[in-house]
Amino acid sequence: MSADNLTRTQRDDLRTIAAMIVPASDAYKVPGADDPAIQADMLATLGRDTKLVAAALDHLARLAGGPFAELDANRREAVAQEFRKVGGAAAATLVRVVLQCYYRDDRVLRSLGLELRAPFPKGHVLPDGDWSLLDPVKARGGTLRRAP
Amino acid sequence: MKDPVDVLIIGAGASGAAVAWSLAETKMHILCLEQGGWMNPAEYPSTGRDWEAKFYGEWSSSPNVRGRPEDYPINDDNSPIKVVNYNAVGGSTVMYTAHWPRLHPSDFKVKTLDGVADDWPIDYDALTPFFEENDRIMGTSGLSGDPLSPLTHPPMPQQPMGLSGAIVGKAMNKLGWHWWPSDTTVATMDYEGRARCINLGHCTPACAQGAKSSTDITYWPHAIRAGVELRTHCRVREITTDENGMASGVVYYDKDGVEQFQPAHVVIIACNGVGTPRLLLNSKSNRFPNGLANSSGLVGKNLMFHPYAQIYGYVEEPTDSNRAPPTCLWSKEWYDTDLSRGFVRGYGVQFVRGAGPVFEAVVSEQKGILPWGEDHHRVFRKLNGHRLGFSAICEDLPEEHNQVTLDPVLKDSHGIPAPKIDYTISENSRKMMEHALARGREVLETAGATDICINSPIPWGGWHLLGTARMGTDPNRSVVNEWGRAHDVKNLFIVDGSIFVTSGGVNPTSTIQALALYIADQMKQRLANLFD
Ligand SMILES: Cc1cc2nc3c(=O)[nH]c(=O)nc-3n(C[C@H](O)[C@H](O)[C@H](O)COP(=O)(O)OP(=O)(O)OC[C@H]3O[C@@H](n4cnc5c(N)ncnc54)[C@H](O)[C@@H]3O)c2cc1C
Ligand code: SF4
Repeated sequence: MSADNLTRTQRDDLRTIAAMIVPASDAYKVPGADDPAIQADMLATLGRDTKLVAAALDHLARLAGGPFAELDANRREAVAQEFRKVGGAAAATLVRVVLQCYYRDDRVLRSLGLELRAPFPKGHVLPDGDWSLLDPVKARGGTLRRAP
Repeated sequence: MKDPVDVLIIGAGASGAAVAWSLAETKMHILCLEQGGWMNPAEYPSTGRDWEAKFYGEWSSSPNVRGRPEDYPINDDNSPIKVVNYNAVGGSTVMYTAHWPRLHPSDFKVKTLDGVADDWPIDYDALTPFFEENDRIMGTSGLSGDPLSPLTHPPMPQQPMGLSGAIVGKAMNKLGWHWWPSDTTVATMDYEGRARCINLGHCTPACAQGAKSSTDITYWPHAIRAGVELRTHCRVREITTDENGMASGVVYYDKDGVEQFQPAHVVIIACNGVGTPRLLLNSKSNRFPNGLANSSGLVGKNLMFHPYAQIYGYVEEPTDSNRAPPTCLWSKEWYDTDLSRGFVRGYGVQFVRGAGPVFEAVVSEQKGILPWGEDHHRVFRKLNGHRLGFSAICEDLPEEHNQVTLDPVLKDSHGIPAPKIDYTISENSRKMMEHALARGREVLETAGATDICINSPIPWGGWHLLGTARMGTDPNRSVVNEWGRAHDVKNLFIVDGSIFVTSGGVNPTSTIQALALYIADQMKQRLANLFD
C-alpha cells in the first residue's frame, strides 16, 4: 500500500536524501541507502510512518524551492543541512526509516560481520566471564543500612 | 444479570496474576477481567528480520505510539517522562526488562531515617516470605550474597558476565566501587517449563523463547489450573457501589464492545499506578463524588516514576550489544543517603550491555555523533557493538502535584476518559541525577569509553508507575490501609504499584508482586471478618 502513498517526486527526493545520509562505499563494500532493493524495502514497509515521511519530504521540497532531487550538489548539501536542523519529528522519522531499512540489508549486515537472520531461534552465545573479578567486591564487604 | 463472583480482579499483569494465584487455594469463584488478550510468542519481534524496526511501531513500549485496540491513550504532554506499559495477559511484564532488585529494608522507613516523605505502614520483614515465594514462581537468576543488597536466594545461577560485564567489572574495581551480578527473571537454565535464555537480546519488548518471566507464562497457567477464570478483552469502565457504600461489581465492555455488569463480593484492582487511579477517578457516584476511595483526595496524587539518568559511551573492545539480555550487573554504591552529596536518598545503578545496529544508528544519528555522508560508515563501525551504558534509577519522593487525573477531552476507544499526567522532576531528584551522571562518566572513562552521551531523564522511561493510591494507617493521608484495603470501601483492595508509599531506588516489580502476595495472604487470614 505504501508505495502508492508517495508521489513520484517524493520518491525521487527520498532516494536522493537517503544517499546523502548513507552513501555507497567501495571501501566497506556496501551499497548506499539509495540502492533499489533498500528503497523498495522502505516503500513496502512505510506503513504507519507514511504520513510523517510524506510530510518530511514535502518540507524538504519547500526548503529546496522545488524537487530536492533536481538541485545541484552544493545547494542540495545546504538544504539537507537545514532539513536536518529544523525538520523536527517528521525529519527524524524519515531518517529512522532510512536507517532501519539500511541496517537490515544483507549486504550491509555482511559488511558489519553480522549474521543474516532473526535473533530467534538460534540466539547467541555469551562468554560466562571470569567471576573472580568479583573478589575485591566480596573482600570489601559492606552492610545494609539498618531499618529501625 | 450475571451471577456474582466472590472475587473480581481487574488487570492481569504483574500484581493481578500474583493475587489471583494466591487466592485460588481458597476455592472461591475468582474472576479476572483484562482489557488485553493472550500473547502469541511466535509473533514476537525477535522472530523476524525486522525485529528492531518493530520497536518503533506496533511494539513500541509507549501505548500512544503502539495504539493497539487493547491500549488506552495517555496524555503525558505535561511530563518530561512519558508513560510506557503493556496491556495484555501478563501486563507490562510482557515488555519489561526483567531486572529484579527489591526494595531495601531502609526504604520502608524513610521518614524515620531521613526525615522525608512517610514511613510505610509495613516493614521489609512482613514481605520477606512473599519475596521468596515470588522469586520461586517468577523464577529468578542471580548470585546470592551481595553485601549491599537484601539477601536473596535465586533458584538459578546468574547470567553470564559477557563481554560488557567484564569491562564494567574491571572499571568498577579500579574505582573501588560496588557492583554485583543483577538478580533477574531471565531463566538461565530450563525452569518449570520455561526454556533457558539463548541471548536473543530482545527481552524488551518480549521474549520469544519464553526465558523471561512474564506472568502470562508463570503465574497465570498455575492460577487457571487452580480454577481462576480469566476473561480477556474486557475493559472495565467503573466500579459500582451499593447503598451501603460497598463495591457491588463493575461495568465493563466485553470483547464485542457490549456493556456488561459483573456483580462481585470483593473487588481487587491491579491496573498499575496509572490505570488504577484512572479507574477510581472514573467511578464517581453521589456517595463518592470525587471518585471511589478518594475521601483523602489522594487518588492519583504522589505519582513517582524513578527518573532515569542514563549515560553511555563507546569502548574500543567489542561489547555484548544485542547478543545478550540487556540486564547484567547492578551497583548499590550510591543507594543510601549521604547528605554530603547534596541530596537526600539515593539511586541504584543498572548497567546496560549494548544495542542492536538499527537502534545504534538511529539514536547516534539523533545525538549527532553519527554523521551523514562519506564518514558515516567509519563512524558507525566504531560505535556499533561497542556501546556500554550506566543507568541510575533515582528515587523519586512523593509530591502531591505529580499526579494522574482524568483528561477532559481525550478518551479511549470505549469513550472512557484517558489519564492525564502532570509531573515535574524535583530539585532533589535533579541533584541526584547530576551526581549519577558524574559517577557514570567516571566509570565509562575508566573503561576507556569515548563519545559519551546522556539521556537524563530517559524520556520514554515512565515504566515504574508508583504511589497514586498510597498505603497508610491514616485515612486522611492514604487511600488503602496496611493490608491493601481501601479505607473508604471495605470490600475494595488495591495490589499494584499505586500503593507504594515511597519508591526506593530500584525497579519495583519484585516488591509489587511481594506486596500483592502479602495482601492476598492477609485476606486469606481474615476471610471470616474481611469487611469488619
Ligand atoms: C519497557 C518496560 C521495561 C520495564 N523494565 C522493568 C524491569 O526491568 N524491572 C522491573 O521491576 N520493572 C520493569 N518494568 C515495570 C513493570 O513492568 C511494572 O512495574 C509491572 O508490570 C507493574 O505491575 P502492575 O501489576 O502494577 O501493572 P501491569 O503489569 O501494568 O498490569 C496492569 C494490567 O491491568 C490491565 N488494565 C488496566 N486498566 C484496565 C481496565 N480498565 N480494565 C481491564 N484491564 C485493565 C492492563 O491491560 C494490564 O494488563 C518495565 C516496564 C516497561 C514497560
Ligand atoms: S535475551 Fe534471553 S530472556 Fe531476553 S529475549 Fe532473549 S532469550 Fe529471552
